[in-house]
Amino acid sequence: MAVSDIAIVATAQTPAYAHYNGPEVQLIMSCVNRLLDSTGLHRDGIDFTIAGSCDYLSGMPFAFVSNLDGMGAWPPVYESHVEMDGAWALFEAWSRLQVGDIDVAMVVGSGRSSPCNAREVFHLQADPYAMAPLGLDPDSLAGIQARALIDAALTTEEEIAAVVVRSRAAAIHNPMAQVSGTVSVRDLMAEPYDMAPLRAHDIAPPADGAAAVIIATGDRARALTARPVWIRGIDHRIESHHPGLRDLTDSVSTRLAAAGIGIGAGSAPAPPPDVAELHVTHAHEEIILRSALDLGDATVINPSGGPLCGNPVMATGLIRVVEVADRIADGRAGRGVAHASSGAALQQNLLCCLEGDRPCEGVP
Amino acid sequence: MGQPCAVIGIGQTLYRRRRRDVSLDGLVREAALRALEDAALTFADIEAVVIGKAPDALEGVIMPELSLCDALGAVGKPIHRVHTAGSVGASTAISAAVLVESGRYDTVLTVAYEKQSEGNATWALSGGRSGGQGAGGTFAPWIREYIRRSEAPEHIGWMVAAKDRLNAVKNPYAHLNLPDITIEEVRRSPMLWDPIHFLESCPSSDGAAAMVLAAPDRARRSPRPPAWVLGHAKRTELSTFPGRDTVRPRAGVECAAALYDSVGITDPRSQIDVAELYVPFSWYEPMWLEGHLIAGEGEGWKMTDSGATAIDGDFPVNCSGGVLSSNPIGASGMIRCLEAANQVRGTAGDYQVDGARVALGHAYGGAAQYFAMWIVGSDLDVL
Repeated sequence: MAVSDIAIVATAQTPAYAHYNGPEVQLIMSCVNRLLDSTGLHRDGIDFTIAGSCDYLSGMPFAFVSNLDGMGAWPPVYESHVEMDGAWALFEAWSRLQVGDIDVAMVVGSGRSSPCNAREVFHLQADPYAMAPLGLDPDSLAGIQARALIDAALTTEEEIAAVVVRSRAAAIHNPMAQVSGTVSVRDLMAEPYDMAPLRAHDIAPPADGAAAVIIATGDRARALTARPVWIRGIDHRIESHHPGLRDLTDSVSTRLAAAGIGIGAGSAPAPPPDVAELHVTHAHEEIILRSALDLGDATVINPSGGPLCGNPVMATGLIRVVEVADRIADGRAGRGVAHASSGAALQQNLLCCLEGDRPCEGVP
Repeated sequence: MGQPCAVIGIGQTLYRRRRRDVSLDGLVREAALRALEDAALTFADIEAVVIGKAPDALEGVIMPELSLCDALGAVGKPIHRVHTAGSVGASTAISAAVLVESGRYDTVLTVAYEKQSEGNATWALSGGRSGGQGAGGTFAPWIREYIRRSEAPEHIGWMVAAKDRLNAVKNPYAHLNLPDITIEEVRRSPMLWDPIHFLESCPSSDGAAAMVLAAPDRARRSPRPPAWVLGHAKRTELSTFPGRDTVRPRAGVECAAALYDSVGITDPRSQIDVAELYVPFSWYEPMWLEGHLIAGEGEGWKMTDSGATAIDGDFPVNCSGGVLSSNPIGASGMIRCLEAANQVRGTAGDYQVDGARVALGHAYGGAAQYFAMWIVGSDLDVL
């Protein structure tokens, strides 16, 4: 069946706050208000709303229910929720609009990590029988993955540090970033290990924040914005949960998702994307993802500074979409790829290929 | 609009107080394999997987799609996880149907589960606070208000409790097996949350439910009859504000109206042959008959009282035994959807309603604020 044209017509994100002194619902509301303002839509002009969040971050089952207040659920709305990053909510919203009977959807991702110790919380992602009892949290597994990458001679600690140097420098120009600045590889290498061979600066500090987008089908999209950003493809894939069954030095699921949206191996040749925003919460992951996506120097990676400089968990993946879409909408890029990840050591990966009506007008 | 979607495989586990014989992985795989077997397919035929369950806190496993993907044959495929409170099982089924209707996928596996014995549901349902009122404490005053408004006699709740448990005796998967239950016994059971007696409440169950959903080409090649998803609807409203009608929530009324309108139903009571409604406490049968426009206001309890909702009545409700007989929370909504499908496929066994061609599956959640419903039919043009 033919895939319908669906575009991002408005985006919003909050800053990545180390500690936002207020409720998650307020973060959501600020994004929703911005989306409605910029499109001129009223709440009842949204046909479908879907959010992504994680109860455990607030330590409260059904925490997502109160987020409805921020999204505006009166009169009653057609709505759903994924207990995943907002990027997966975008996948479901895109699928819903493909059915063809409705035209406008709002997607939200939100989370507050500051009330909890995210490392302790996310260790409960691990298989509860064999892995969780070992205290195997995502940062520990990231250390194991980075070690495997170095042992395979696919990178060095200096190269990992260089990812941080470049990300922090880029984040200087991003008012939403939590961390930014000019640092050198030499300075970073002098820091102590956290999860060896990773150092504290190689690991994205969890933050509080939210992001949201409105998507719309062809003609509605053109009516809502002069610069629609078309979703040319969206796909996501998962790998085995058991690290011993995976090649930790590669991202097989990213390669599969890339093939799924027609940009991977076996796809028709296409020029490289102008920009890629990658869900890199551990610096070495960028090296794995560059390789899986075959990204070279022609593509600017994480011009926002990426998650290493701002990681509002559950919104981080959707923010990658927002960052790419914003660059296409304002002409800094013509085509880009947004990547979101879930689970430890890049277990699950989502790719979204975005394109404007016009080619890139300048360097992002 | 979109491509049609059909249920071509159904799988359920035994619902029990404790499924000590299986891990979480084993539980979901049991349901998934039965659904695949029913569809005469294997994991290799599945293009995408959608799972659902109630809060992660019920088992203490965050984002369980990550650890369950191997058991569900999802490695290398898309898998995503839905969570919409108690309505989640039906929401998950609808999300999976959307993937087929979108035209992107032709064969989708959907699984919902709960292993309530791994945690403390009343704690979790109280928002993670100890000493909370739980679901029964939340719903009891609204039920009391329904009784006041509708002037229903007290025995209506007892009747529903006995009817659903007697239906469950015919269902080999049901958790509760109470073949000798009587209305009098329900009345005499301890009062938990006035007016809800112990026997008017759902149990806590372990269990999983699964369906294989497919596009028309695949569905027509399937060895057993498909149940066509004729329409679905969801509506959500805020949890609380002064003046909100908690007895007849506007989201529930609008959800039903949208659903019936989308499939051309103008008289639900006569056009729907059988319904599986989410009734965790007995009184929710008449409340949803009214709240979803099957009966007029104040008329729902009269349907129950007249025997219309019995398995041999003119509008049978919860022939499988319903949530009152098996309640693995996250799966309970999906069980309503798949039991509706069982009826129109003619695969409901001893609780089959003869000649059922149109069936309603329904779930609600949160503070009676999340609604998810679907209508399935024996043919695409049955309505």
